Amino acid sequence: MKAKHQRLILALAALVAIIGAGLLAVSALKDEAAYFYAPNDVKTKGVKPGKAIRLGGMVVKGSLKRAADGVTIDFNVTDGKATVPATFSGIAPDLFKEGSGVVAEGAFDRQGRFVATNLLAKHDERYMPRELDGMTYNETTHEMKAAP
Amino acid sequence: MIAEAGLAALWFAAVLALLQLFLVGMGLAGGKGEVLGAVRPVAILQGVLTAGAFVALISLFLRSDMSVLLVATNSHSAKPWLYKFAGTWGNHEGSMLLWVTVMGVAGAAVALFERALKRDAHMATLGAQAAISLGFYAFLLFSSNPFARISPAPADGQGLNPLLQDPGLAFHPPTLYLGYVGLSVAFSFAVGSLLTRQVDAAFARAMRPWVLAAWIMLTLGITAGSYWAYYELGWGGWWFWDPVENASLMPWLAATALLHSVTVLATRDALRAWTVMLAVVAFSMSMVGTFLVRSGILTSVHAFAVDPERGSFILALLALYIGGALALFGWRIGTVREGAPFELVSRETFLVVNNLLLSVILGLVLIGTLYPLMTEAFGHKVSVGAPYFDRIAGPIALILLIVMAAGPLTRWRRDQARAVAGRMLIPAGVALAAVVLVGALAWGRIGLLPYCGLVVALAVGVGSLAPLWKRNLRRTPLFTYGMVIAHLGCAVSLAGMACDSAFTIEKLVAARPGDTIETAGWTLRFQRILPLAGDNWTALQADVIAERNGRAVVIHPQSRFFASPPTTTTEAALLTRWNGQLYVVLGQEADAGRWQMRIWWKPFVTLIWLGGIMIALGGLLALIGRERRGWLMKWRARRAMA
Repeated sequence: MKAKHQRLILALAALVAIIGAGLLAVSALKDEAAYFYAPNDVKTKGVKPGKAIRLGGMVVKGSLKRAADGVTIDFNVTDGKATVPATFSGIAPDLFKEGSGVVAEGAFDRQGRFVATNLLAKHDERYMPRELDGMTYNETTHEMKAAP
Repeated sequence: MIAEAGLAALWFAAVLALLQLFLVGMGLAGGKGEVLGAVRPVAILQGVLTAGAFVALISLFLRSDMSVLLVATNSHSAKPWLYKFAGTWGNHEGSMLLWVTVMGVAGAAVALFERALKRDAHMATLGAQAAISLGFYAFLLFSSNPFARISPAPADGQGLNPLLQDPGLAFHPPTLYLGYVGLSVAFSFAVGSLLTRQVDAAFARAMRPWVLAAWIMLTLGITAGSYWAYYELGWGGWWFWDPVENASLMPWLAATALLHSVTVLATRDALRAWTVMLAVVAFSMSMVGTFLVRSGILTSVHAFAVDPERGSFILALLALYIGGALALFGWRIGTVREGAPFELVSRETFLVVNNLLLSVILGLVLIGTLYPLMTEAFGHKVSVGAPYFDRIAGPIALILLIVMAAGPLTRWRRDQARAVAGRMLIPAGVALAAVVLVGALAWGRIGLLPYCGLVVALAVGVGSLAPLWKRNLRRTPLFTYGMVIAHLGCAVSLAGMACDSAFTIEKLVAARPGDTIETAGWTLRFQRILPLAGDNWTALQADVIAERNGRAVVIHPQSRFFASPPTTTTEAALLTRWNGQLYVVLGQEADAGRWQMRIWWKPFVTLIWLGGIMIALGGLLALIGRERRGWLMKWRARRAMA
C-alpha cells in the first residue's frame, strides 16, 4: 500500500472519530445535562417526572419532618414565589437546616414530589451553592430576593 | 525577616528568569554565542532561589508567624505540626508558590541533567522554560504575594479548612503539582525544538525521561487524590467528575498520549508534528486546569478564593502561552520533515489509535467541563455531572483498553494481520470465557457497563501479560516489564471500578447503641457513642464491633467538629480485607438515642488505587530501564578512556 493511501486512511479514521465524538457529546449533553430549576421554574415550565435536575432554593422554616425510619426527611423548598415538596433518604449535610440554602439533585416522582438523591448544602460558613449566588431569604416572610 | 527574605528570593528569581530569556535570545538570535555559557548557572540559581522562597514560607507556617497575612488567614497555632507544614500549600498563594517552585526546580534540573540534547536546542528549551516561568512569577508577585504582612498581627489564625486537615494534604498536592508543572518541561522541549528546527528521534529520546517522570508523579497525585476524596468526604465514591478532578485528568490523558507518541518518535522516527503538538497540549491542559481551579470560577474545596482579577490574570497567561506556542507550531511545522513511513498493520497504527482515542476522551471531558461555563454566559444554569461523563468516557475507555492489550503484540513497522490475530488467541479466549462466566454469575444483577468492564478487565489483564509469553524473563529489558506492569495496572484498576459499581452493597439505618445490623455477610454491633477531643477539634465517636466469619474488630466512625473555622467533617471507618472494604459513616442523631449510620461493603474497591500505583510503578521501571542503558554506556565509555 502506498504511503499516501495509508495516510488517507488514517486521516479518514481520525475524521470519523472526531465527528462521532462530537455527535456523542451533543446527544449526551442533551440527555444528561442537569438543568437548574428554582421552584418557580418548576411551576411555570414544568419538569417531566424522572428527568434528572437540580432544584435549588431555601428550606422552608417549620417544613422539615423526619420519618419514623430515622433516615428519611421531608421538607419544602421555596424561592419565595413557589414551593415544592421534597424528600431525601440518607445522611444530610450538617449545614442542611431550615431557613438555609440547598441545592438538591434528583428527579420528580409522579405525585409531583422531588426525590433527592444528593443534597448540597453549605460546606462551611463561606460556601454557598453557586446557583444561589446573591440570593437572600427572609425567614419570617419566606421571601427570597434574587441577585440585584 | 524570613518573609522579606522569601519575597526577595522570589523577586531575584524572577529577574534571573528575565536574564535567562535575554541571554538565550542574545546567544541564539543575536549571534553572540559566548553568552550562552551563563544560561545554565542562571537556571540553576533560579531553581535554588524558588526552593529557598518555598522553604521560607514553610518555616513561617511551622512557626505560626501570625504577622504574615497568609499564615493568619489559613493557619492556627493549635494545629498539629503536620498540618501547619502541609497547610503551606492548602491555600491559593501557597499553592501558586509551590507551582512556581516546581517550575523553577524543573528548569534547574533540565540545566543540570539534560545531556542528550544538542546545545542550541538545550538553550532554547531553557529559554522557553524561563519565558513561561516569568508569567507565573508575575502572577505570584503582583496578584498573589504569599509573604504579605498584616499589621497589627492577630492573636491567632483563622485555621485551615477542616476537610484539608488530613495526611493526604501532605502528599496529594505536591505529587500532583510535580506532574502538572513537570509537563512544562515537555512544553519547553517542544518550543525549543521548533525554534532550533530539531524535531527528530534524538529530540524524542531526550524528552522521553522528562515526560515519563512528570507522568509518574501525575498518576500518583491523581491516585492519591482519588483515595483521599473517597475516605474523607464520606460519600463512598472515588471519582465525582468534579470539574477540579477533570482539571487533573485532562493533563493526564494528554500526557499518556504524549508518552506513547514520544516512544513512536524515539524508536521509529514517525509522528513528529503530532508529538510536538501533544507536548504543547499537555501543559496547556495543566494551565487550563489551574485557570479553572484558581480563578474562583468554580466552587469547590480546591477553589480557595474568588477573585476575578486573578482569574483574568491567569486567563491572559493562558492565552499568551497557548496562543504563542500554537502560532510557533503553525509557523515552523512546515520545516519539520516527514517522519518514517509504516504499514497499516503495525504497532505504530495501534499507538496512533491509542492517541486518537485518548484525544477524543480528552476533548469530550473538556467539552463537558466547559459547557456549564459557556451556557452560564447565556443565562442558563446547567450542571454536567457523572451521567454525561460515564456515558461518553466509559465505552471509549473500554475500547482504548482493548487496543492497549493488542498493541504490544504487534511488531513495529510491519506485521501480518494473521500473526497478530494468532498472538491474541489466548486473551480472546479469556474474553469469551469471561463473557460466559460473568454472564452466568451476575447477568441481570449488574448494569451493562460494569459487565463489559469486568469482561474487558479479565481479558486485558491476561492480554497485557502476553508480551512476556515465551520470552526469556531474565533477558527481557526492564522497560518491557514497565509496560507490562503499567498495562496490567489499567486492567486491575478497571476491575476495581467495575466491581465497585456492580457489587457494592449499601445500607442506611438509624440505630440505637446495643442494636445489631446485618449486611453483606457482616454483623455490626453498635456499642456506644462517646465524646472525644483532639488538638483542634471535638468529636462524637461510635464504637462498633464488626464481625465476619467469627472474627471481630472494633471500628470507630466519627463525626468531627472544628471550631475554627466552624465545620463538621465525617471520618469514615474503613476496614480493609483482601476482597473488599467495609466503609461505615456516622451521621446525625435522628431522634432521641438513635444515630444515622451508612454502611457500604465494597468488594475489591481497593484494586482501583492498587492499579493506579501499578501504573506509576510501571512508568518508574520504564524510566530506570531506559536511563540505565545511558548510564551504563557512559560508564563504559569513561572506563575505556581511562
